[in-house]
Amino acid sequence: MNTGWSIFIIVVTIANILGCWWLLHWSSKHKADIADSDTTGHRWDGDLQELNKPLPRWWLILFNITIVFGLVYLVLYPGLGNFEGVYKWTQDKRYQSELQAAEAQREQVFAQFAEMDFDALVREPAALQTGQRIFANHCAMCHGSDARGAPGFPNLRDQDWLYGSDADALHTSIADGRQGVMPPFGSVLGEQGIWETVAYVQSLSGQNASPGLVEKGKAHYQALCIACHGPEGRGNQILGAPNLTDDIWLHGGSPDSIAAAISEGRTNRMPPHKELIGEQRVPLVAAYVASLSAADADHGQDEH
Amino acid sequence: MAQHEVVEKNINLMAILIAVVISVAGLVEILPLIFQNQVSEPSEGIVPYPPLQLAGRDVYVREGCYGCHSQQVRPFISETERYGPYSVAGESVYDRPFQWGSKRTGPDLARVGGRYTDEWHRVHLLNPRDLVPESNMPGYPWLVRNTIEPGMVVRKMQKLQAIGDPYTDEQIQNAVAEVQGKTEMDALIAYLQGLGRTRTGR
Repeated sequence: MNTGWSIFIIVVTIANILGCWWLLHWSSKHKADIADSDTTGHRWDGDLQELNKPLPRWWLILFNITIVFGLVYLVLYPGLGNFEGVYKWTQDKRYQSELQAAEAQREQVFAQFAEMDFDALVREPAALQTGQRIFANHCAMCHGSDARGAPGFPNLRDQDWLYGSDADALHTSIADGRQGVMPPFGSVLGEQGIWETVAYVQSLSGQNASPGLVEKGKAHYQALCIACHGPEGRGNQILGAPNLTDDIWLHGGSPDSIAAAISEGRTNRMPPHKELIGEQRVPLVAAYVASLSAADADHGQDEH
Repeated sequence: MAQHEVVEKNINLMAILIAVVISVAGLVEILPLIFQNQVSEPSEGIVPYPPLQLAGRDVYVREGCYGCHSQQVRPFISETERYGPYSVAGESVYDRPFQWGSKRTGPDLARVGGRYTDEWHRVHLLNPRDLVPESNMPGYPWLVRNTIEPGMVVRKMQKLQAIGDPYTDEQIQNAVAEVQGKTEMDALIAYLQGLGRTRTGR
């Protein structure tokens, strides 16, 4: 701020405070002269009158206290133009000190997890609780607060993994993100070819499909799809190519949805979270995610 | 006559004194700020909105997103942990009007750029409950049906150029090609994906 504006602010602020003090002083003068019988001259309903009384003493004292408070504040904190105040307080300094305190607290919390390996984290309730909170804040928007996903956003509670569920795969998925690309085959296959391929893909997961179409679709599959989805349709976790035999569908398993995927392709992206949540938090989220599907797997076995 | 009656019984004098009293805060807190570089010069990396984002910003304003979403991360640890670096005045120099807001029914959006995928935004804007079952945000399905009118974007850029936004003539010429055939959904997503990226480094 240049000096001119600084002086302007100081002058107006000080003048305002002095003005308040003067107004108070001026309007409360002569109160000794005012007798109880003095009225403002107003009269309602014949006999209601307004006495002209001085300001109450307690109120005057409070007003004077606010003036003193204002002056003390302006000396201690920045308020008068470029004058920094005795404390040299700034919003940023305040924030930085808050940040330091939070960092120290965080170090303390995460120190207990730093030495633990993945398997130990998955068994540590405190780690899972922390992981759950990070998940709720950063992952639940796409994968759902129950981690069951949504069309286009993978369910993390089932046993089907596009890129694998071991510690390294989970860490990479979370920290560096993933980009899944299914290329479009519409122009190669043509309308008829797409529906034949759809029929074969349906047959892989045991859905009903016309045998004639399935046979032709198998030829298309072996020419175009086998490189990523594999000879038996079990997918490839290195590429993130989904398993087509398990009847679990990221984008929906209806014939229309499969046909759309084949003809137009699919691009799916998991954004990298290393910068967003920090390297320190990644193992805890990974452990939490692993614990979810492990819990559901145990549950599933109990039922059988 | 007691002193205070001078003021109380003279409406003109009273009006003048009231005007003086209520002007003081504005004169001290607002007027000098208008002339500070801090609020009129863009912070590092801030440039005027590209055409599609500019069109998306208008959709954002029209739909009243401001009513539920702020775009102002305050310098508190609880906010910077959740959203990202706190907001500074120089980020908003090309926002007319700014969208800081003061109501957070939904989360702050100042740092939302790059946080989700385009596809996430598309699904979410059509029907937020498809992705976040507990959400109470309304869906905006008409955005995919309305297309952006390129002539309007060009005129808006020309006006902004006239009042000092550093758009080049070349940028304005290319604007038509950049927004041609785009829907309001495309534009709004482009705007959202651009928010705060210079500050978050995403």
